[in-house]
Amino acid sequence: MTARSEHPSDSAAAAAALRVRDLRKRYGELLAVDGVSFEVAPGEILGLLGPNGAGKTTIINTILAVLTPSSGSIRIGEMDVSRQRSLALARTNFAAVYASLPGNLTVVQNLNFFGLIYGVRFLRRRVGELLGQFRLEALRDTKCGVLSSGELTRVALAKALLNRPRLLLLDEPTASLDPAAARDIRGAIRTLARDSDCGILWTSHNMYEVEDVCDRVLFLSHGRILLAGDPRALPREHGARNLEELFIQLAREPLAHPAERLA
Amino acid sequence: MRVAPVAAILLRQWYLLRGSPVRALPMFAWVGIDIVLWGFISRFLDSVSAAGIDFTAVLLGAVLLWDLCARVMQGLTTAFLEDVWSRNFLNLFASPLRISEYVTGLVLASIATSLIGLAVMLALAVPVFGLSFLALGLPLLLFLLVLYAFGVALGILASGMVLRFGPASEWLVWPIPALLSPFCAVFYPLTILPAWMRAVAHALPPSYVFEGMRALLDGRPFALLPALGALALAALEIVLAGSYFVHVYRRAVRTGLLARYSAETVS
Repeated sequence: MTARSEHPSDSAAAAAALRVRDLRKRYGELLAVDGVSFEVAPGEILGLLGPNGAGKTTIINTILAVLTPSSGSIRIGEMDVSRQRSLALARTNFAAVYASLPGNLTVVQNLNFFGLIYGVRFLRRRVGELLGQFRLEALRDTKCGVLSSGELTRVALAKALLNRPRLLLLDEPTASLDPAAARDIRGAIRTLARDSDCGILWTSHNMYEVEDVCDRVLFLSHGRILLAGDPRALPREHGARNLEELFIQLAREPLAHPAERLA
Repeated sequence: MRVAPVAAILLRQWYLLRGSPVRALPMFAWVGIDIVLWGFISRFLDSVSAAGIDFTAVLLGAVLLWDLCARVMQGLTTAFLEDVWSRNFLNLFASPLRISEYVTGLVLASIATSLIGLAVMLALAVPVFGLSFLALGLPLLLFLLVLYAFGVALGILASGMVLRFGPASEWLVWPIPALLSPFCAVFYPLTILPAWMRAVAHALPPSYVFEGMRALLDGRPFALLPALGALALAALEIVLAGSYFVHVYRRAVRTGLLARYSAETVS
């Protein structure tokens, strides 16, 4: 079975890497996330798309338990995040452009530090593997504060894979990378999803990348899911030439109810 | 509570010290200056006073103990601020790390760093100024325990305040020991204080330590019960400070401050 060929709700719902149900987050009068439900199957790469302020980061923060939802439930594997936070997060990890690692620690120190926090077994060996996988050996004793943004991204991804997560959240993981490095990272992430059954939630504003990497996408606007489907089929189904054109259409149009948009 | 995440917080502090030895300077520089300054003041007072008071023991001993308490608080707060300064909250709190493990790691880090300060203070005060601190005997251990515990409570409270009011509020928490010192009767007996200040002093465990220390130096017997009461009070204040930190943390998670702390608010 390949994740690309099956919709997660068909077969993998019982063992979903992530299951979000009717998630809402309200800040005073503002409803930042409005009844969002979705799943990520093991081995699936799900793209979470939408314009700035659509609610992507809010959703990611609630999954990571650094933001309490107003209502709804989040399960990582069989763990309810609100009740079993530590256990749920032990099998999760993330990398985000806005969550850089401490710049006053070296690459290997950061990996050791987070490896201990995540309870990684055989940590020295695991760190060595990741240094090799992300071509970081030469930078192992360099403080993260002096790394280029591309190098920092590689370190953040190495940290994100330390605990061999069952769910990986990647918020614009290739935003700072040159095209060649971005391609390498996409390849590594695809391999990870395929070989380890890790479910991946991926946000990006690079529609070429989304089309290349994601098995399925969700379009968000004003905290709601407007569209969901295969990123390669969706543009055709909605009269757009490509995913970027569809994105721009959706971002510009006033919010309609999801059922109306899908009709 | 798991050992590995607590060890991670300690390891991080070790890495920081090893990577930038200048960070070790505050551990002993300020306490060293205090000991030298108060050592000479005490020596001068001993030479001119006919009151029969051993100023070296009373003043210098008090400075040493109070500095230790302040160092414990500052060590814990600084370890917490490392995560503020390096914008590390999101990475930390989106991990399996539990609040109890995080705070325990901070406490152990501060105890380790303040022990270095204590060693430096004793190394200066005993041979250079003739402070016979160990003459206090076993009660000294109890005094140190109370001061450590109170320093921990203050450190947790201060960290909670920074989490609650934002990074800029670190300037509110550094003066806390100075604000409390008049109430703790570090250099004078409690009876000097007006009634309302004495009432405050009774809620502050160090006041019992300094009263006990002066009593011992005055040749009076050691009063165990007040010292144990001070230890219990300090333990209660650790629990209260911990509850405040957890309350602030939960509020920060509910309002989204914790997620934004790393992304937006720290500059």
